[in-house]
Amino acid sequence: MKSLEAVNEFVIKFANVNGTGSASANNLFAKALFRMGLPVSPKNIFPSNIQGLPTWYEVRVSEKGYLGRRGGVDIMVSVNPQSMPQDIKEVEPGGYFIYDDTKPLDLRLIRNDVNIIGLPLTRICNEQYSDPRQRQLFKNVIYVGALAALLDMDFAVITQLVGDQFKGKEKLVLPNIHALELGHQYVKSNLDCPIGITVRTSDQVGEKILLDGNTALGLGAIYGGATVAAWYPITPSTSVVDAYEKYAKRLRIDPGTGSRNYAIVQAEDELAAMGMVIGASWNGARAFTATSGPGLSLMSEFLGLAYFAEIPTVLFDVQRAGPSTGMPTRTQQSDVLSAAYASHGDTKQVLLFPSTPKECFDMGAASFDLAERLQTPIILMTDLDLGMNDNMSEPLHWDDDRKYDRGKVLSADDLDRIERYGRYLDVDGDAICYRTYPGTHPEKGAFFTRGTSRDEYAVYTERGEEYEKNMHRLMAKWETIKQYVPKPQVIRSKQKTDTALLYYGTSEESSREAMDYLAEDGIHVNAMRVRAFPFNDEVEAFLHEHERVFIIEQNRDAQLRTLLMAEFELGPDKLKSVLCFDGTPISARNIRKQILLQMPGYNVTPLRRERVVGNGE
Amino acid sequence: MSYQVPKFRHPELPRNELGYTRADYEGSVSTLCAGCGHDSISGSIVRACHELSLEPHKIAKLSGIGCSSKSPTYFLGKSHGFNSVHGRMPSVVTGAAMANRDLLYLGVSGDGDTASIGMGQFTHAIRRNLNMVYIVMNNGCYGLTKGQDSATADEGSASKKGDPNPFGAIDLPGLALQLGATFVARSFSGDKEQLVPLIKAAMTHRGFALIDVVSPCVTFNNNTASTKSYEFVREHAAATGTVDFVPMREEITTSYPPGQSQEVTMHDGSVLHLHKVSEELDPFDRSSALLALERYRSSGQILTGLIYMDKDSRDLHEVLETSRRPLNTLVEEDLCPGDKVLQNINASLR
Ligand SMILES: Cc1ncc(C[n+]2csc(CCOP(=O)(O)OP(=O)(O)O)c2C)c(N)n1
Ligand code: SF4
Ligand SMILES: [Mg+2]
Repeated sequence: MKSLEAVNEFVIKFANVNGTGSASANNLFAKALFRMGLPVSPKNIFPSNIQGLPTWYEVRVSEKGYLGRRGGVDIMVSVNPQSMPQDIKEVEPGGYFIYDDTKPLDLRLIRNDVNIIGLPLTRICNEQYSDPRQRQLFKNVIYVGALAALLDMDFAVITQLVGDQFKGKEKLVLPNIHALELGHQYVKSNLDCPIGITVRTSDQVGEKILLDGNTALGLGAIYGGATVAAWYPITPSTSVVDAYEKYAKRLRIDPGTGSRNYAIVQAEDELAAMGMVIGASWNGARAFTATSGPGLSLMSEFLGLAYFAEIPTVLFDVQRAGPSTGMPTRTQQSDVLSAAYASHGDTKQVLLFPSTPKECFDMGAASFDLAERLQTPIILMTDLDLGMNDNMSEPLHWDDDRKYDRGKVLSADDLDRIERYGRYLDVDGDAICYRTYPGTHPEKGAFFTRGTSRDEYAVYTERGEEYEKNMHRLMAKWETIKQYVPKPQVIRSKQKTDTALLYYGTSEESSREAMDYLAEDGIHVNAMRVRAFPFNDEVEAFLHEHERVFIIEQNRDAQLRTLLMAEFELGPDKLKSVLCFDGTPISARNIRKQILLQMPGYNVTPLRRERVVGNGE
Repeated sequence: MSYQVPKFRHPELPRNELGYTRADYEGSVSTLCAGCGHDSISGSIVRACHELSLEPHKIAKLSGIGCSSKSPTYFLGKSHGFNSVHGRMPSVVTGAAMANRDLLYLGVSGDGDTASIGMGQFTHAIRRNLNMVYIVMNNGCYGLTKGQDSATADEGSASKKGDPNPFGAIDLPGLALQLGATFVARSFSGDKEQLVPLIKAAMTHRGFALIDVVSPCVTFNNNTASTKSYEFVREHAAATGTVDFVPMREEITTSYPPGQSQEVTMHDGSVLHLHKVSEELDPFDRSSALLALERYRSSGQILTGLIYMDKDSRDLHEVLETSRRPLNTLVEEDLCPGDKVLQNINASLR
C-alpha cells in the first residue's frame, strides 16, 4: 500500500458524539494550526440534537490557501463507534484511520488500503480520571495531543493556545495541558511518528483572523448603528443576535447613565420580529432581524408591506437545508428565490451575498445604509457554513471618518421650506422619495403609511392609473438600486475562453479551487462572483460574453440560475448548473466532476441530471 | 357616508392650552357606514386628545386591517399613521416604541384583528407591558369582509346573516387581566361621557392600556338577535362607576361626596377620580377585577368602565433599561465604537 504523503495540505475529519465537548477540542486543534501560520478551514457538521448523536468536524489544511471543501478525507479520527463503518469508508486510499483501540476494531471494517492507527483513548482516560465527565472531556484533549505527535505539530503552540483560551480560568490550564501531554507521550513512546502527513510552521496567514460569519454580522450591526434587534430563535441564525448582544453589552452602554443604547426584543415569532423591525425603521431607528428559511416564509407578508410602503428593513437570512424543517443543521443556498420575490403580488427584494466573515461585517453594516438610502428591505443571504463555522478571513476594518447614509429624510426645517409634502413624490427623478419621521413637525409632513394603494401624497386611492404609476416607479427604483448594490467580482483566465463559472456566497472558495483543477485538465475559464440582486449590468454583459456559463450553487433547483434566466431572458443552453444540496458545503472535486461531465468533448454525455447533481462527495 | 360632519367650523370653537381647537385633532372624512360605532370612537379619541392638550404630531396612530383599522385616517390628521397588516399592529408598535420612547402610541384594532389573527401579538404586547393605548373597536363580527362572526361574538348571538353563533366568546378584558395587563377598561361607543375620560386615563398610564369598546356594526350586526347591537348593549351595560380625569395642569374643581370617591395620582401628576365604584370591585386588585367580570358576565350583563389599573406599572423600556434618549436620535458617536476597538477584536481572533 502506498501511504498518502503531504506537508501542510490535507483534510482531517473528526467523528464524535455530540454533547461530549469535542467541538472545543477540535477547535483547539484547528486554531493551533492557524497559529502555526497555516490556512485552515474547519467545518462543524452537527445534528439537530443536544446530546448523543454523531457529529463531525472537518478541517481543511492548505498552505496553498484553499479554504473551501476539497472532498475526500485523508485522516479520520474516529471517536464514535456508532458511525465507524461509514467513517472508515470515507478515508482516501493510502489515508489514515485513527481510532480508539481500547476495544478491538470490528474485523469486517478493516480496509487494507488505509493505515489503521490505534490509540487506547478510553483506557488512558479510565486510568487517569475517576469522574465520568472528566473522562469524556479529556478524551478529546488527549487525541489532540496524540495528533500533535503524529503530525509533528509544534507542541508549544498548542500549550500556549490553551493558556490563551482559558485566560481568567487558570485552574483549567494545567489539567488540559496534562491531557495533551498524555496523548503526545503515548504516541511518542508507542507508535511510529510522524505519519506521512505532517505540518510545518508557515507564513500563509499574515494578518488574517479566524471568525464565524454570524459574529461578524452581529458586529456589523453594532458598527452599522443598529439600535433595535428583534428576533426569534432559529438555527443557524441565533448566534447573530447573540453576538450583537454580547458586543452591545460591552460597547453600547451609555457612559453617563449606564443605560443601554440598544433594545433587543425576543419576539413571539418571526412575523412579530419582522413587524418590530418595520415599526422601528419607520420610526427612524436602525433595526434588524436574523432568521433562517422557516422564518423567512413567515416574514413574507410583512416583507411585501415593507417593499410596497417603502420602509427600510434589514434581514439577515442564514440559510439552512429546506424545504420545511429540512435538515436544520446543514447548509444550503436554497432561500434565494423565496427571498428574491418574497411576498405576494409583484415584489422584488434586494439581496446581498457575502462570502467571507469580513464581507459579513462590511455588508452587514452597509445593509443599514442601503436600506435607508433605498427605502426597501435588504435581505443579506448568508448560510450555515459561513455563519456558524470559523472561517479564515481578512481582518475587519472601520473607517472612522465614515458617516452613516441615513437616506432621504426631511427635517422640520426642510418641511418648512416645501409647499406641499408628498411621501411618494419622485422629486429627484431617481424614484426614491422623501421620508419623514413621526414627530418631526407640528403641522407638516405627517402621512399615512399603508400597504394599500395610494397616490403620491399617500392618500388612499383605488384608481388604476395611480396604482400603475406607483408600480412603475418601484421598477424605476429597481434600476436605481443596481447602482448602489455591491458589484460582482471577476477573475479572468490568462487564456482566451468562452466558458465561465458564476457563483455566489460560500461556493466561492471551492469554485476557485476547482478552476485550478480544471486548468490542469486543460479547461480554462473566467469567473464571476455575484454579490447582489438586482444583478448589476456587469452581470448581464458577462453572461453575454460567454458561450456557456456554469452557475455553481448549493440547492436542488438551480435557484440563482432561475433568477438569471428570468431577469435576462436567457436560455438553458447557455446557463449550465453545478449543484450540491446534500447539506454539506460544495467541494472543489465535486464542482470539477460536474463541469467535466458537461463539457463538450470531455465526457460520457450525462443524459440525466440526477447523475450529475447530488453525490456531494 | 359618515356621521362625522364635514369640516365647517365656527371661529369661536374652544381652544385648548396649545391653542388648538378640536378640529385640529380631526382627520379625513370617514368612509365608514353611517352610524358605525367606530366613528363615534374616533370622535371620542379626538375629544380626549384635544382636552388633554396633546401635541398631535407627538402621537403615532397604528392599526391592523379592518373597518376599525381604517379609522385612524379619520382622526388626528397631523399625526403619522400606520395601517399595517392584519393582526400585526402590536409588533409594529413594539418596534416603533423601541425606536422613540417619547411619542404616544395609539393602537386601533378590531375584534377580528385582535382576537383571531392577531391574538398572538396582542397577548405578547400585554406581557411586555408595552407603553401604548390599545383600543379594540369590538363589533363581534368581521365588518370589512361582510359580517362573519368573530371570536368575540357571544354564544347564541346571531348576526344579520342569521345562524346563532355556536362558540363561546373570547372576553378581551378578562384575557388581558390574566395576562397581566396593567390597565384594563371596557366601554361602549355610544357612551362618550364614559369613554372620553377612560381614553385620557389610558393615555396617561405608563404601560399597556387596553380599552375594549363595544362598537356596533350597523350593517351586519345590529339586529335584534345580536348581543353587540346598540339596543342590547344599552340595556345590558353596567358601569363599574364613573371616571373623571383631571390632567396634571388643571385644577380640581368638581367636589365629590365623601366616601363614594377614590383618587389616584398618575405618574405624570394627573389625577383620576373614581366614584360610585361598585362595592363588588376594587379596580386596583386583579383578582377582584377578574371576579367582577365573571360575575357580570354570568348574569348576562356587560361590565363597563375602569376594570383594573396597576399604579406602579413598569413599561418595556424600564425593563430593558434603554437610554432615556430616544434610540432614533442617537448618532455615529453614540453608536459606532470605531476602528481601534475593532483592531482589538481582530487581535483576539488570531
Ligand atoms: C392575512 C389576511 N387575511 C384576511 C384578510 C381579510 N380581512 C380584512 S379585514 C378582516 C376582518 C376584520 O375584522 P375586524 O378586525 O373585526 O374589523 P371590523 O371590520 O369588524 O372593524 C379580514 C378577515 C386580510 N386583510 N389579511
Ligand atoms: S361594515 Fe360595519 S364595521 Fe364596517 S363600516 Fe360598516 S358598520 Fe362599520
Ligand atoms: Mg370587527
